[in-house]
Amino acid sequence: MNNKKQGNSFLKRNALSLIVAVILVAVYLGLHFWIAGFEIGGTRYKLNNYYTLNLYLMGMNIILAVSLNLVCGITGQLALGHAGFMAVGAYLSAILTVKFGMPFIVAILAAGLAAAIMGFLIGLPTLRLKGDYLAIATLGMAEIIRVLLINIDYVGGASGFSPIPKLTNWTWIFVATVGTVLFAKNFINSTYGRACISIREDEIAAETMGINSTRYKTLAFCLGAFFAGVAGALYAHNFYIIQPNVFNFFKSFEYLVMVVLGGLGSITGSILAASGLTIVNVGLQKVPEVRMILYSIVLIAVMLFRPGGIMGRKELSFSSFKSKKERGKERGTSGN
Amino acid sequence: MEIFIQQLINGIALGSIYALIALGYTMVYGIIKLINFAHGDIYMVGAFVAFFMISIFDMPFSIALLVAMAACALLGMIIERVAYKPLRNQDRLTALITAIGVSFFLEYTMIYLVKPDPRAFPASFQLHNFHIGNIVISSKDLIIFAISLGLMLLLTYVVNRTKTGKSMRAVSYDSEAAQLMGIDVNKTISATFALGSALAAAAGVLVGMYYGQIEPLMGIMPGLKAFIAAVIGGIGIIPGAAFGGLILGVTESLVSGAGYSMLRDAVAFIILIIILIVKPTGLMGKNVKEKV
Repeated sequence: MNNKKQGNSFLKRNALSLIVAVILVAVYLGLHFWIAGFEIGGTRYKLNNYYTLNLYLMGMNIILAVSLNLVCGITGQLALGHAGFMAVGAYLSAILTVKFGMPFIVAILAAGLAAAIMGFLIGLPTLRLKGDYLAIATLGMAEIIRVLLINIDYVGGASGFSPIPKLTNWTWIFVATVGTVLFAKNFINSTYGRACISIREDEIAAETMGINSTRYKTLAFCLGAFFAGVAGALYAHNFYIIQPNVFNFFKSFEYLVMVVLGGLGSITGSILAASGLTIVNVGLQKVPEVRMILYSIVLIAVMLFRPGGIMGRKELSFSSFKSKKERGKERGTSGN
Repeated sequence: MEIFIQQLINGIALGSIYALIALGYTMVYGIIKLINFAHGDIYMVGAFVAFFMISIFDMPFSIALLVAMAACALLGMIIERVAYKPLRNQDRLTALITAIGVSFFLEYTMIYLVKPDPRAFPASFQLHNFHIGNIVISSKDLIIFAISLGLMLLLTYVVNRTKTGKSMRAVSYDSEAAQLMGIDVNKTISATFALGSALAAAAGVLVGMYYGQIEPLMGIMPGLKAFIAAVIGGIGIIPGAAFGGLILGVTESLVSGAGYSMLRDAVAFIILIIILIVKPTGLMGKNVKEKV
């Protein structure tokens, strides 16, 4: 009897993963063919270039928001230099593909690694600092990277680095986005993630329990930086040119808004907010000032009235769609 | 040597402006432990208020300066009341993010209202250049120095000698105990914001006068630099902010004078990171044990 029940729940769990996998593959293939264009009964369906670009941007924004959430939401450290890591990734990957003729995959991984190393170098000394100081130190780091890039002629200085071949396509975006989200999800549920969450809740108590807070904070910081670097590589190879000034404080701020709006600590919240704000951006492309005013009002209002963001710290999952009764039943059986 | 002294003079003028902004940062931080990111933008608003006062109402410089200071004092109090006060019991991350939001709100509302292009700040008095050997001291330098020094002395008087100053010190030391002694904490915090914002506005007007140009995003860099100045001196310590401002201003001028003006901003941040690593409480700060 007991065995049978266990077997059932095992099947159930696998069925769930299978459903998720099928949905993901369907989304991938569907959009893949839509972007490439296909014909049914003489009518041609093709996602136009503008929407394709925004779909790519949505993917990158999800990567950046989720990775920033690992630092800000899960570990509770306010970092304001995410665009700096993105810049490191973008420039390094562009140098590798343009000047050294490396394949794209090498460039992406190297971009992530370089950003992670950068994160380690800046994180190790500054993560000893508490909240506000860390925010300023990371902001300063991103500014230093930007100013240095402006002054390096090898990568084009202030006028930017070009031409960069367009290597980013839907497959890369999809794989990187899904990979980031799956990684983040598994990270949160791992021992490391739990340690990070305990630091967020109370650093001193966590240290008393034997958690080396600097180590875990640095780890989260490096992982966040890694994915920002990957997103930077995708970004660089999607546009013809990259300029240092693109990766300024405002860029970091945009991702912070996504994370805060979605909910500090909620991966699904970040995904929802990143997708939603990308769509809003498309609508407000013609009036950039209004966009920023709206952004800041949203940020202030969210902080005042719903400091947890849309999702708080909750995750959206299949079980949250079930009725309360069913969930109760499930809990009852699993408890037996 | 002459170039060095010349840069030193420029640095002191620049540094006294940083010091004025840093004083506001440090006072607000001392009293509610919040990095007021919007402080640099209050400085920008101050410059614009004076600009409109001079160019539309044809006011003399000194009156425009006072009007700008009063307007920004009011703005600072409103911001505190609307955005920061409801969050006083929330964690500091929430308040910090709100402050960033307020900062962007001020910047882009201003861009929306007055367009992003730089504007020429009207020159409101005759310029004199004083020559000492090959060194030039312009009357602008002297005005900046005199006004900043005067305001700093005034602030010292307010903080050390008046009742408001006394309650500010009490609230920053222990706000609950201060409340029990009958100090109106809300009023004191409002007064702190008003004072700090007025100083920032004065700095904004002086910068407008000094460089002859203002724009809606002019507050970002000086705002961050003033924060760095506050950290160098030890955040929450009033003389520390003035001292840090001068150090930063002089360093920057020397770096520019040595021919690395492009790296000026980076140098400021490098100083910040070094200070944070070596002595996080600032040059004038004391180590405080963390309470559990």
